[in-house]
Amino acid sequence: MPYQRIKFYQTGSLAVGNRLLAEDQRSVQSTAGRSNALTCGHRACQGCGEALGARYALDAVHRATGGKMIAVNATGCLEVFSTPFPQTSWQIAWLHSLFGNAPAVASGVAAALKAMGRTDIRVVGQGGDGGTVDIGFACLSGMFERNDDVLYICYDNQAYMNTGVQRSGATPPAARTATTQAVGREPGNRFGQGKNVPLIAMAHEIPYVATATVADLRDLEYKATRAMDFHGARYLHILVPCPLGWGSAPADTIKVARLATESGLFPVFEAETGEVTSSTPIRRRVPVTDYLRIQARYAHLFRPRERTEVIARIQAAADRNIARFGLMPADIPAERTGPPAPAPVTSPSGAGLEGR
Amino acid sequence: MLKQVEGSRAVAEAVAMCRPQVICAYPITPQTHIVEALSAMVKDETLDAEFLNVESEFAAMSVAIGASAAGARAYTATASQGLLYMSEAVWNAAGLGLPIVMTVANRAIGAPINIWNDHSDAMSQRDAGWLQLYAETNQEALDLHIQAFRIAEELSVPVMVCMDGFLLTHASERVDLPAPSQVDAFLPRYEPRQVLDPDEPVSIGAMVGPEAFTEVRYLAYAQMRQALDVIGAAAADFSTQFGRDSGGLVRPYRTGDAEIVVVALGSVLGTVKDAVDELRADGTRVGVLGINTYRPFPADAVREALGGARHVVVLERALAPGSGGIVTADIRAALDPQPRRISTVIAGLGGRAVTRKSLRALLAKAGELEPLTFLDLDTGLVDRELARMRAARRSGPSPENMLRDLGITASRIG
Repeated sequence: MPYQRIKFYQTGSLAVGNRLLAEDQRSVQSTAGRSNALTCGHRACQGCGEALGARYALDAVHRATGGKMIAVNATGCLEVFSTPFPQTSWQIAWLHSLFGNAPAVASGVAAALKAMGRTDIRVVGQGGDGGTVDIGFACLSGMFERNDDVLYICYDNQAYMNTGVQRSGATPPAARTATTQAVGREPGNRFGQGKNVPLIAMAHEIPYVATATVADLRDLEYKATRAMDFHGARYLHILVPCPLGWGSAPADTIKVARLATESGLFPVFEAETGEVTSSTPIRRRVPVTDYLRIQARYAHLFRPRERTEVIARIQAAADRNIARFGLMPADIPAERTGPPAPAPVTSPSGAGLEGR
Repeated sequence: MLKQVEGSRAVAEAVAMCRPQVICAYPITPQTHIVEALSAMVKDETLDAEFLNVESEFAAMSVAIGASAAGARAYTATASQGLLYMSEAVWNAAGLGLPIVMTVANRAIGAPINIWNDHSDAMSQRDAGWLQLYAETNQEALDLHIQAFRIAEELSVPVMVCMDGFLLTHASERVDLPAPSQVDAFLPRYEPRQVLDPDEPVSIGAMVGPEAFTEVRYLAYAQMRQALDVIGAAAADFSTQFGRDSGGLVRPYRTGDAEIVVVALGSVLGTVKDAVDELRADGTRVGVLGINTYRPFPADAVREALGGARHVVVLERALAPGSGGIVTADIRAALDPQPRRISTVIAGLGGRAVTRKSLRALLAKAGELEPLTFLDLDTGLVDRELARMRAARRSGPSPENMLRDLGITASRIG
């Protein structure tokens, strides 16, 4: 949700927040009736952002649909770590076909359900950034263009993690990957034009597009739920840090995701039929170096010498996001050392919990 | 009901009578008329189905995969480059055991780009795990689609119905269109073996490692063996219910006392039979064996049908560069350990007409056949290009050189 109606400023356990809330305001994950769509025992790495994001998103969709849902998965980490058969972590109807076709397979499932008069069952397609922004992109655009009744979720960890951290079309500039090594005159990934799939989705004018991160799980639950209020093509792009690929501490997954938003590098917003309807303001702005320094994939920006010109380009991209998506409303102090902002009260639904 | 219609129209009518619930297609010549007709039927609501205009053949097969896994009867059609572009999903559909039916309007594969008929496209997918049925006539193409859905769904294996592009798809012939009630009586309601159902959730498409992969693949092999019986039974039932023979495994013609038997697939069989009739009139003991089912390969039926023939001539509308004939390899394996003379004749590539005259001349001198022959090959044209390639390193693009040499423009693409 763009604004949080309820904020908890106390430190310590996150769980206390839910206990202070009325039943109907509690998170999906805090309810005894949560579906555990992706249940325990899977083989994701410690601190995996994708496993966390998938569980929250799918449990929220599960609740929103009363359990009437089918998920279609692209090849990738999520597919591999969840189904070391005969064990499966999926407690929902789940299909994996190929790397590049999850949106089209999901379209096929939706078409079948429509043909069979089972429109009570909703369809989710999902994949990583490789399966979404690169190899699955044509199928994704086709699904958008036809406005097929599918929610597609991209778990963006900014590289091909399953095959060993190679560059994808979603890899940010300067990041080190196995195919954009930290060597040469311009170490790390090149500065390209970027491939902002949320904006590309908006250009299709589909009913609903949103971004989210695992740093704000209530917002993630809200957006997965909100997406199910619409019919037609919907797109949810979730930033999911990958400790292995990013070289961040597994315990820092939430922190890294939060710094991505608070620096402005990853704008969190939602859009309907091509227009941004809300964006989540940055609560306590930080320079991009705060985000970059705690990831080994950017280590070459700081050692052996600080590459100030590269960092300046990354900061400029963050600044542009802040201006473009209105991430720093005038009433919120821009100083990172400033006091906590007053909580706006314009949330369309639900309550928020900001744990620190 | 007898009707004079284009082959594509006949197939579209047959597919519609099979009541597919999801149809997805991407246009490629010469498949287009089939899906155009189906699209119109869905649009004017004479056919109750979802029709998806997708952005590629890869998406077309992927939509069919999703639809089939969700429990719907799914159909698509393609040809040539389209079949190759969807190849990854073609294999995946078979691996997942989804009974999708697809028409392949057989067409050559580029480069050089060529829209005309041969069997290179379907042959490239012969090991994908799909059943492959080849139609000799438009009537058979129509009938095979009705049988294909039944066979596919009984086995939970996808079926490819191959019909020669243009030669069948665009030819207007008289066909006997069955009544929808006849098709309903022949084709039971689709009961999926596996289905995506929120009330009974299953995971489909998990990774399988070395501990069971061989056994999973063995199952594909065993199902293909079983398919031989199912195809035969479907053809027999079809014959009873519709009053005509269509499909089945193989179709022998005048092979009884034949010393030479020509083996072929698809529409060329009509021309071969005419040539054989003429040769028979001249006293040559020659027969024909049509392969109706190429995958699974009906080795026992082929061996039996080839009987005592001392010379088998395999007419191939595709080429395996570096090897030769594709069907030939299957024939040779089927005849082992009864070795006999087998000749491969590559014919009709990229729409080159296979004429009765050429076949008759070839078979009249069958005794002189090399192991591999290209029917009606313009050796002068080939030799002159080879000479140009020897004369200069940068001899340029060969196809263009050869057309210039001929002094003609390529057949119109349309």
